[in-house]
Amino acid sequence: MNITPDQTIYWQSGMFKLNATILFTWLVMLLLIGGSWLITRRLSTGMQISRWQNLLETIVEAIQSQIRDISQQAPEPYLPFIGTLFLFILASNILDIIPGVEAPTGSLSTTAALALCVFVAVPTYGIRQQGVINYIKHYLQPTPLMLPFHLISEFSRTVALAVRLFGNIMSGATIVAILLTVVPLFFPIILEALGLIAGVIQAYIFAMLTMIYIAAALRSQQDEHSESALA
Amino acid sequence: MDNTGFIAVVSIIMAGLTIAIGSIAPAIGEARAIVQALNAIAQQPDEAGTISRTLFVGLALIESLAIYCFVMSMILIFANPFWNSVAGR
Repeated sequence: MNITPDQTIYWQSGMFKLNATILFTWLVMLLLIGGSWLITRRLSTGMQISRWQNLLETIVEAIQSQIRDISQQAPEPYLPFIGTLFLFILASNILDIIPGVEAPTGSLSTTAALALCVFVAVPTYGIRQQGVINYIKHYLQPTPLMLPFHLISEFSRTVALAVRLFGNIMSGATIVAILLTVVPLFFPIILEALGLIAGVIQAYIFAMLTMIYIAAALRSQQDEHSESALA
Repeated sequence: MDNTGFIAVVSIIMAGLTIAIGSIAPAIGEARAIVQALNAIAQQPDEAGTISRTLFVGLALIESLAIYCFVMSMILIFANPFWNSVAGR
């Protein structure tokens, strides 16, 4: 039994392997990009908008309001990154329900790649907001003794992001596969439904945790500002 | 018992113990978190949105402990490096 779609290889030529993870990652990307392209070809600003434009506007507004709630700032700089993470994970987790499709998030390579993006993006946003010196300074707060612990927490939360998403999606697929061999009639359906809920929640949680990490990288500077304003 | 059988027995028993013991603590922690969140929502229904968002994120953080244990037991059963080296694959 395979516990990751990496081991399902469809086509191989020399060093190059086309496994299920790559195939379904590209399928999800095609779906998201093609769908958005089709919908945004004919946008209207009038009173009459198409139902698909309405759908996209609802999604974007919802993500914007969530980002605004957490970071207490204008959501525009963070919307592309957070929104892409959320929509990609959501689409892959939901498409898992189609027979024959394996969610690319059920592979540790995909989730590790996503977590590495977060690992790079957090300092990038922090440095863009407050400059290199100020950003590095917050690693030395409250004392320089805390430096190793800050670094450990950066790495461990990246690993945790990757393993959490991988574990949740993989466990859903594995339990359904095991149940199919034991009680094949009714119970796998219930667990598939449970897996759908878990997939949606995990997509939400991945995006929210990313936003919380970014907000923490931005906030250290603002607190000093507000303190100096009060003093 | 030879090495192969010994590794198989230890792996299987430890996989069961890992997921059994490893899910107890997160279960208690999640239960306590949910109880507190329900109390908070009952006292201040207006803040239900903020409370449930924080609750979900916190639950995910707690639950990842159980997920780590699950991943470990899956590795022990399906992708055990010691078993693979003994079985010569």
